[in-house]
Amino acid sequence: MTDDQADLDAQFAQWRHYVQRRRELRQTDVDELEDHLRGSVDDLLAAGLHADEAFLVAVKRMGSLDELSREFAREHSERLWKQLVLTGGSDGAAAGGRSRRDLLVMVGCAVGAAASVKAPELFGLSLEDDAAFYGPNVGLLVLPWLAGLLAWRRRASAGLVGVLVALFALGAVAANAYPLAEDSQSVALTSLHLPIALWFVVGLAYVSDDVRSSRRRMDFVRFTGEWFIYYVLIALGGGVLTGFVFGTFEAIGTSPEDVVGRWVIPCGAAAGVVVAGWLVEAKQSVVENIAPVLTRLFTPLFTAVLLAFLVTLGVTSSGIDVEREALILFDLLLVVVLGLLLYSFSARDPLAPPGAFDKLQLALVLSALVIDVLVLLEITGRITEFGTTPNKAAALGENVVLLANLVWTAWLLLSLIRRRRPFAALERWQTNYLPVYAVWAWVVVLLFPPLFGYL
Amino acid sequence: MKVAKDLVAASATPMVLGILAEQDSYGYAILRRINELSGGELDWTEGLLYPLLHRLERLGHVESSWQSVAGERRRKYYRITRGGLAELAEQRRQWDAVVGALQEVWPRPGDSRPFTTFPQGGFA
Repeated sequence: MTDDQADLDAQFAQWRHYVQRRRELRQTDVDELEDHLRGSVDDLLAAGLHADEAFLVAVKRMGSLDELSREFAREHSERLWKQLVLTGGSDGAAAGGRSRRDLLVMVGCAVGAAASVKAPELFGLSLEDDAAFYGPNVGLLVLPWLAGLLAWRRRASAGLVGVLVALFALGAVAANAYPLAEDSQSVALTSLHLPIALWFVVGLAYVSDDVRSSRRRMDFVRFTGEWFIYYVLIALGGGVLTGFVFGTFEAIGTSPEDVVGRWVIPCGAAAGVVVAGWLVEAKQSVVENIAPVLTRLFTPLFTAVLLAFLVTLGVTSSGIDVEREALILFDLLLVVVLGLLLYSFSARDPLAPPGAFDKLQLALVLSALVIDVLVLLEITGRITEFGTTPNKAAALGENVVLLANLVWTAWLLLSLIRRRRPFAALERWQTNYLPVYAVWAWVVVLLFPPLFGYL
Repeated sequence: MKVAKDLVAASATPMVLGILAEQDSYGYAILRRINELSGGELDWTEGLLYPLLHRLERLGHVESSWQSVAGERRRKYYRITRGGLAELAEQRRQWDAVVGALQEVWPRPGDSRPFTTFPQGGFA
């Protein structure tokens, strides 16, 4: 019997070793499954089977490991992030062919994006002289290619592709149909808000395989953050390359300024958008370890800065000077705070108990809220005194949208820390709120110009 | 007869919550209990049970804790929470509605009502 037991233990050890190679399964999952297997073996032994027979039957009953880990991956999509089984059980040669086709489609989309940026030059528009055209339209030229790539990868349904096309068309109307002066506030507002609105269209393409799933939306948040990091990295590399091009060509007496300024930089910037998106999809494990580290690093730093600001404000007791720039600055501050939050939420293990970092986040949110309320009071005072402009209205609206989110976030964080609610409530709130940003961006783009008389 | 996969999946959440409402339990025991309750006709797999348990935990319907049993073995026990009990009550209301409707439309054994008679009106 002891011999049997040793034999069985060896088999379990082998099984563990085999199962641990599955990246969908964590150590605790393997422990849980092993306990299950042992329970099953014990029952079979009690029914009179030999140890090795019992082990075989129990393993067989557990079913194929592929299927099992796919089910685990479906629930724990944050782990799925580490690898690429989004479309399920492809393997070997089929996967190789698919990734090759993927690469070709990506290159096609990147070239398309670069060509689209240069295409308006055929109609006599140039990057240097027609900022009023390129400002609002640049998102329209580039982002459809990224959305197309994602929709293709997700095998989006025809209906959804129709919606995507319609939204991009709507964006084109908003950018070009209104009679706006080149230096009007509305052109600047549209230039700022249309890319945001279109980014959410990209998001729709991203979640097209499961539009309502809150986890997929969280994946999109993660995608956005990682896309940004990749894009910055590509831009840095591109900067180094451009520097070398200038240095080496000038050394042989040729100035590459015209070629670089008119071709390399705009085309590279456009293609980089698509390439960064593809990299996030294909090479996730490279960045995924950086991203949570960055949020961990900057959450305490931002909290410290905000608290220092509040203390200074209290000591000197001078009011906040709310010029238009200050308004935008504080909007940006809220965006950064929200970005830090969203990003660390998306990287958080939903089952982890509340810890010190959650408290730190609560401190960050609360200090941002206090500052924001102070600013908001000043602004409403000024608006009631001097009337409103498109810029002020947009900034104020953004402030309210962000404030509403952060207030409820603070409440949910508090309940999480006091163990009243699970982390899932927080996650659901954030993912359900995403369409609000999209709607606001579209409102600014579509309704503001006529509302404010094309100012 | 085996119950169809869709039906097993649809009834999975109330089944697990119901079993945990009886008493705290762990994966293998839950699976055995389901087998026992259904006379072996509900075909559950580990791939259905464990991810479901983890999802219920993420949603706050159940809590888990590791306990040592028999030497070095650790076992993950699940306990239903207040939120889970509320969810169970809600699911139960929905299932009662479904079962009630089905029982209305299906003649019970010993029911004299034949299939072919129609209430008043008919084809006249």
